[in-house]
Amino acid sequence: MSEPLAHSSVSDKRSRTGGVRTFPSPTASPARRRASTEALAAWTLAGPAVFFLFVLFFLPGIGVFVIALTDWQFGARSLSFVGFANFGEVFADAGFRASLVNTITYVLIIVPGTVVLGLLIALLIESGRSLRAFYRAIHFLPFMATLTAMAVAWEALLHPTIGLVNLTLVAIGLPTANWLGDENTALPVLAVIGIWQNLGYAMVLFLAGLKSIPQDLYDAADVDGADIWLDRLRTVTLPMLGPVSMFVVIVVAVRAFESFDTVKVLTQGGPGHASEALLYTLYRESFEYLHAGYGAAIAVVFLAIVVTLTLVQARVVDRKVHYQ
Amino acid sequence: MASLFIDSIRKNYGPTSVLRGVSLSIADGEFLTLLGPSGCGKSTLLRILAGLEVQDAGSISIGGRTVDELRPKRRDVAMVFQSYALYPHMTVASNMALPLRMRRLSAIQRLPLLGRLLPGTARIAAEVDIEVTRTANSLGIGHLLARKPVQLSGGQRQRVAVARAMVRHPAVFLMDEPLSNLDAKLRVQMRAEIKELHQRLGCTFVYVTHDQAEAMTLSDRVAVMLDGQLLQVAAPQDIYADPADRRVAEFIGSPKINMLDCVVRERGSIDVAGSTLAIDAEVLPGVPLTLGIRPEALHPADHGGQGALTGSVLSIEHMGSDLFVHLDLAGVDDPLIVRLPADRASHIAPGQTLHVGVRPDRVLLFGRDGQRLRREVESGRASVTPIREIAR
Repeated sequence: MSEPLAHSSVSDKRSRTGGVRTFPSPTASPARRRASTEALAAWTLAGPAVFFLFVLFFLPGIGVFVIALTDWQFGARSLSFVGFANFGEVFADAGFRASLVNTITYVLIIVPGTVVLGLLIALLIESGRSLRAFYRAIHFLPFMATLTAMAVAWEALLHPTIGLVNLTLVAIGLPTANWLGDENTALPVLAVIGIWQNLGYAMVLFLAGLKSIPQDLYDAADVDGADIWLDRLRTVTLPMLGPVSMFVVIVVAVRAFESFDTVKVLTQGGPGHASEALLYTLYRESFEYLHAGYGAAIAVVFLAIVVTLTLVQARVVDRKVHYQ
Repeated sequence: MASLFIDSIRKNYGPTSVLRGVSLSIADGEFLTLLGPSGCGKSTLLRILAGLEVQDAGSISIGGRTVDELRPKRRDVAMVFQSYALYPHMTVASNMALPLRMRRLSAIQRLPLLGRLLPGTARIAAEVDIEVTRTANSLGIGHLLARKPVQLSGGQRQRVAVARAMVRHPAVFLMDEPLSNLDAKLRVQMRAEIKELHQRLGCTFVYVTHDQAEAMTLSDRVAVMLDGQLLQVAAPQDIYADPADRRVAEFIGSPKINMLDCVVRERGSIDVAGSTLAIDAEVLPGVPLTLGIRPEALHPADHGGQGALTGSVLSIEHMGSDLFVHLDLAGVDDPLIVRLPADRASHIAPGQTLHVGVRPDRVLLFGRDGQRLRREVESGRASVTPIREIAR
């Protein structure tokens, strides 16, 4: 970079002093040359990322939209365009609607559960002095672990006859249940596992949020008379955690919409369709029944939900909770 | 209305001693400034007064009542923070109403929805609104009540912070560097407003700052702190003209006071920087001392020798009405700074030799331990008395 700069300064000096012009048009070219060098550098640096983003992200995305408009069967050699027929079929299908309701129910259990418990644990860890790192670690572990493997462990715990959960319930004299085999309990149990998994993530974000609250505000609250824990929570802690809470809600909601591992490993959507979630329906339609066009239409609907959630966060909520 | 009594307060953070036995009594309605460089313990002392920190030893009483065991809200103090510490999610009106709501409404009455239905809540809330509006109007922020803190300028936030402190009529105002986040022009304006506020309210103010201009202009008395100790507590003019300690003399005044090593030659004369000055200090001949002289207590002299210092001009700083001449004295490391009226010093140029006379009555003598040696003339006989820490 130093050489072209040196050249340009020489040519600048010559043009100013009216010396012999060895470069063509010495006043305009250095600036233009620098601009094109910068553009070249920018494309060189961003190029690989742009290429892979396009090939791995945008092209398949567009592909899904296109497939959703066809009657393509997975592996078939021919296809024909059917317009929006797949979407009509998706919304008319009772199975899909049940799956959508299941997913929304699942999200509505996981989000409040994760936010409330995550905040509670973060507050408990912040208020104590000892073993903070230990509590942080054990609550964060489920988030780090492979969920498929953890699902197998949960399956063992929840086994109707030899699982630890039912054995414990028997020991203390409470009624047992076939947790994953009963259509009334299958979805709530999956949601509890979802909370268990996301709790640590919410806790870490809340801990970071708690650390960023200025001590001055707590001091002011003390002097103003808001000095018992409930008043401090209402006057300072909860309002100041607003942005973090909103972020946690959106991220956990998106993660809950995406849940697939536990459904696939533990219930396969059953019993009946009691625990069938959106992503599992998509998987089954596309790769088990090979209805690729129909599956792609579900994928588009799914994408629309996730994008909407993200936009809600970006547009509405961000403005409200940042107090601007 | 309350006097404040601070009795040998000590505070340690681990092995670091932040306050080493601070005692001070502040009169009812007095404006006292705690002045010192950062890290001297002045903010810690203020936080202990507020009840936000607990002292390791010593006692505080406010209005004749010992408050050591009381929580901040029971001490009848209000505090203005350096960062203002306004609640960002509340409007100006809610910020100001909070201290009143916390005191007057019960926990159940403060509940979000249910509270409004309880008897008395509406009446108390209306009273609070009236008082908030009245206080806001008196500070000229009545039109800002519906805004959030982010929509306010620095000066407006500062006023809101003062208003929140004022609204419940505390006996003592505690202010922790309230002007340090403002630009220079606004700081001067707000300084005047705080002084006016003190005169209007007539209650006790304890004001922490590292800015000597704020301390000098606002205070009835200034308490100079260094390394967790009070060095001197006195009126601003006494702190400047009659410092008890070398560190006080050096901290107060801009440009800094000139400090010169000197030796007592005989009774009534002192050797300093190659000259002999006729200054009475009843110390045994040969004892080394430090001579302090403010830049404005020096004046050009016609010739050197007895009673004058001689040096070559290093540089001249023009300050408008005055100029500061930096003078290189033989055998002295730091330049001597002389403050002269601009119209009497037009002939001075760098490199030139200059004689300056010393006003003997403005000379301050310090012992090697930094204590001031006070020259008291009693029945024609001068005597030297080292003064101790003054705690009135």
